[in-house]
Amino acid sequence: MTFEAPHIDYAGISPVIALTAGLVVVLVGGLLASGRAQRIVVSILGLGTLAAAAGLCIWQWGESKDLVAGALRLDDLALAVTLIAIAAAAFCIPLSWREESVERPLGPTGHGEFQALLICSVLGMTLIAQAQNLIAFFVALELLSIPLYVLCGSALRREESLESGLKYLIIGSIGSATLLYGLAFIYGASGSTDFGAIRTAVGGSVLDDPLLLIGIALSAAGLAFKLSIAPFHQWTPDVYEGAPTPVTAFMAVATKAAVFCVLVRFFEVALGPAIDDWQPALAALAAVSIVVGNAGALGQDSLKRLLGYSGVAQAGYMLVAVVAASEAGISALVFYLAGYALMNLPAFAVITIRERETPFGDNIRAVEGLGRERPALATALTVSMLALAGLPGTVGFIGKLFLIEPAVDADYTWLAVLIAIGSAISLAYYLRVAAAIWMRPGRERAAPAPAIAGASQEADAAADGTRCRVIIGLTLLAAAATVFFGVIPSPLVDWAANAGEAIGSLL
Amino acid sequence: MLNVILWAPLAAGVLLLIAPRPAARWIGVAGALVTLGFAVALVLDFDSAAPGLQHVVDESWIPDLGVRYALGVDGISVFLVLLTAVLWTAGTLFSALRSYPEDGRTRFYYFLLALGETAALGAFCAQDLLLFVLFFDLMLVPFFFLIGAFGSGERIAATTKMIVYTLVGSLLMLVGAIATAILVAQDTGELSFSIADLRANLLSAGSQEWIFCFFAAAFLVKMPAFPIHGWMPDAYRAAPLPVVLLLSGVLSKVGAYGFLRVVLPVYPEATVTFQEVVMVIAVASILYGSVMAFTQTNVRLVAGYSSVAQLGFITLGVFSLRDDGADGAVLQMVNHGLVVAAIFVVIGILYARTRTEDLTEMGGQAMRAPVLAALFLVVTLATLAMPGSANFIGEFYILNGAFQSKIALAFVAAIGIALAAFYALRLYQRTMHNRLPDGVESREISLRDSVVLAPLVACIVALALWPGVILDRGEASVDQNVGAVTALATDCSAYSSATVEPANTAVHCE
Repeated sequence: MTFEAPHIDYAGISPVIALTAGLVVVLVGGLLASGRAQRIVVSILGLGTLAAAAGLCIWQWGESKDLVAGALRLDDLALAVTLIAIAAAAFCIPLSWREESVERPLGPTGHGEFQALLICSVLGMTLIAQAQNLIAFFVALELLSIPLYVLCGSALRREESLESGLKYLIIGSIGSATLLYGLAFIYGASGSTDFGAIRTAVGGSVLDDPLLLIGIALSAAGLAFKLSIAPFHQWTPDVYEGAPTPVTAFMAVATKAAVFCVLVRFFEVALGPAIDDWQPALAALAAVSIVVGNAGALGQDSLKRLLGYSGVAQAGYMLVAVVAASEAGISALVFYLAGYALMNLPAFAVITIRERETPFGDNIRAVEGLGRERPALATALTVSMLALAGLPGTVGFIGKLFLIEPAVDADYTWLAVLIAIGSAISLAYYLRVAAAIWMRPGRERAAPAPAIAGASQEADAAADGTRCRVIIGLTLLAAAATVFFGVIPSPLVDWAANAGEAIGSLL
Repeated sequence: MLNVILWAPLAAGVLLLIAPRPAARWIGVAGALVTLGFAVALVLDFDSAAPGLQHVVDESWIPDLGVRYALGVDGISVFLVLLTAVLWTAGTLFSALRSYPEDGRTRFYYFLLALGETAALGAFCAQDLLLFVLFFDLMLVPFFFLIGAFGSGERIAATTKMIVYTLVGSLLMLVGAIATAILVAQDTGELSFSIADLRANLLSAGSQEWIFCFFAAAFLVKMPAFPIHGWMPDAYRAAPLPVVLLLSGVLSKVGAYGFLRVVLPVYPEATVTFQEVVMVIAVASILYGSVMAFTQTNVRLVAGYSSVAQLGFITLGVFSLRDDGADGAVLQMVNHGLVVAAIFVVIGILYARTRTEDLTEMGGQAMRAPVLAALFLVVTLATLAMPGSANFIGEFYILNGAFQSKIALAFVAAIGIALAAFYALRLYQRTMHNRLPDGVESREISLRDSVVLAPLVACIVALALWPGVILDRGEASVDQNVGAVTALATDCSAYSSATVEPANTAVHCE
């Protein structure tokens, strides 16, 4: 008997290899005892890993091939989503530098663990973005979720953080279980785990096959849990609020991108022929999400809860692009996901900075008077809020434009109208933040917290300055990009169009 | 040239952000003046015989969506561009001379003013539907901050209310615009937002109707028209004075202009269907605005409600769907802009002396200030459309158009002219005549105030003498924009009354 070794496309899986190797190295770097040295070494290793992975993704750009015996598919859609996830992770590493969850006042410094978990989650996202097999899909989903459960609870001394981690774990597990159950039904109905084979098996009329219908319903619900689409969103505000802010930022941006990518592949490719069955269901989910998210965000005083609910609404907008089920819809989705990262990250960065500077935590009071105190930060947060609201001159406006167009084209004009109404409602809370920044006087603040024992106060202050400067620089960069792509969208549009084309031929 | 006009204010705005603080306001003024200079040159260079667009700029912007960066002016927009430049110069200069804002955030304030000017000019110049919507929405951003950060009283609530009100309309308008282009593209196979393309390929009557409603909502809120003017009293009360001047003088016109530029040519059948509805709204605005204007005691609200009434006249003119009415509407837009701006400047001057904006606590200012009183009198007479003023000619044309199409509504609207005399004269008497309140001096207008007020009054007088300047240039373009709808409207009425066989049976009548 001759045994033929399977062909392995090392170039195709090179981003995965880079992330896996980097993850191990970063974890080893975390063994350094000194806090300061650990931060520098681990961050260099972590950012280096992400940079290498990003470089390999760019190198593979334009490729379109099956990997690992057809379990994964490398195309521009997967690479685009991977790049978004990597960018979000790279943004969050500097944000974590002074977090109490990482640099614990008592106990060991945890940069190694934090960044290893972060990279592990990115690895899961890279895989899920490429998954075209039920098993790979589920394994990758768990690979991206489990590190996030841990990260959410990583501020061990804060009750809210532990609560957040536990809540996310339990609800996330229920979501995963529901999804797994649904996937099993689909396997039962189609007799295959491969997306292509499922597509062939599904063929046409699904209404006759209750097995497949139940499978679609359960897996849609499971994915909706992960995407925090209403009515499966209840965990979102609590988890967002309790988790350390850098983790929230990463979760909000990267998880959405990765799971939306697999949602597109799962529904539009694998279940493409059954479009009449899932399209109205997803449209209803999108509508509910837009309404519930926007209504929930009104009157929130915690900025992270506000962004959590706003994320629910934004997920609803993006789901509209999936409902449209066209190449233009996928391009719109990728464009919006990239824009969403650019719009959200500055907001979370400013919240992180203010959490450290004021005693108000993430309450909206923390940004009152920011316009006078820190005009640069204030501008960044304002741009981010205006962009999320979809005002012109920002990437948010162009993004909405792109979402509405395929929706109208697919005869879902009522969803487009709902996007417009939702955006109008959303102004009430986004502009409330803008009003707090520019229109209210700053609050008297209590004396700064006493310096951490053991460190030289002066050196610490100087170092804090640099760390904040890196964050502020990145924040301003993202805010500037938000405006830039709002005025000259063509580069980002072309990039997103590539991703749309990659899968458009399969529809 | 349009590119320069459009971006000069914003360039000045960005420049003043990095300039030293004391220079900031003068850079803002300089930006507005440069824009004004180019706008005057634009008008002088305008060929009044040509009905089409002039100074066209047409560049690709977002090719995937068929959105183009297309600018151009015709006889309708050219004077609105000039009006915008004039009023923004007045507003900026008034702010600079009176050292607005008082709290030292000078750069932010003048940057916002400059951004607002670019957005307003963009809305008047855009020839791509999506670009128009973009600039239309963009106008709100600076005004949100101008009112919320520099206003007084309940400023944050007022500005949020204004934004939510106006954006509900304009976001629906965005959907409407996209739907129009896509529905047209499903027939022609090419996605384009160019207004000219959309005019050439009209939608079916059914689609036109719901899209018309979206656009009408956006424009009527912006004006504002009764009964969706709820944001206006709060915003006018809270905003800094130069900002109210611009809100009332320029921003309200964008709505009326939008009807002429977009709605009539692109959705003609729906326009005919909804003609009476909009005309009734217009007449209601005239009556409600007038009555409110002579019952309010806050001077800003008197001027604000009078704007509601005047915008009602303008809408009436546009929706008479006759050349006369639309000609009058174009003239009246410019007239009203100048007049209301002058009123707000006077209010600003009076406030500085009396420290109140309540009519019952004012009075007697004419005693030692004949020049101020004379200037204000000219403004007042223009407001009440005294024969001899350009406002008279404007309203005459508008009513002439309305009489041709809907005679009953025109009669009711004519009452509005009488009511205008009430509120305008009441405003003048209560501020200028009567007894001086205790502790308030009557002074002659100072040089720095007359620098702003006198040119505005001069413009009003000049227009009164030569209204043809606008009417001549406007006519050809108005013909082009309104002509098709007029034909449709008259054919339909002929068809329904069955007295005359419709000449063109292809025209769709309901």
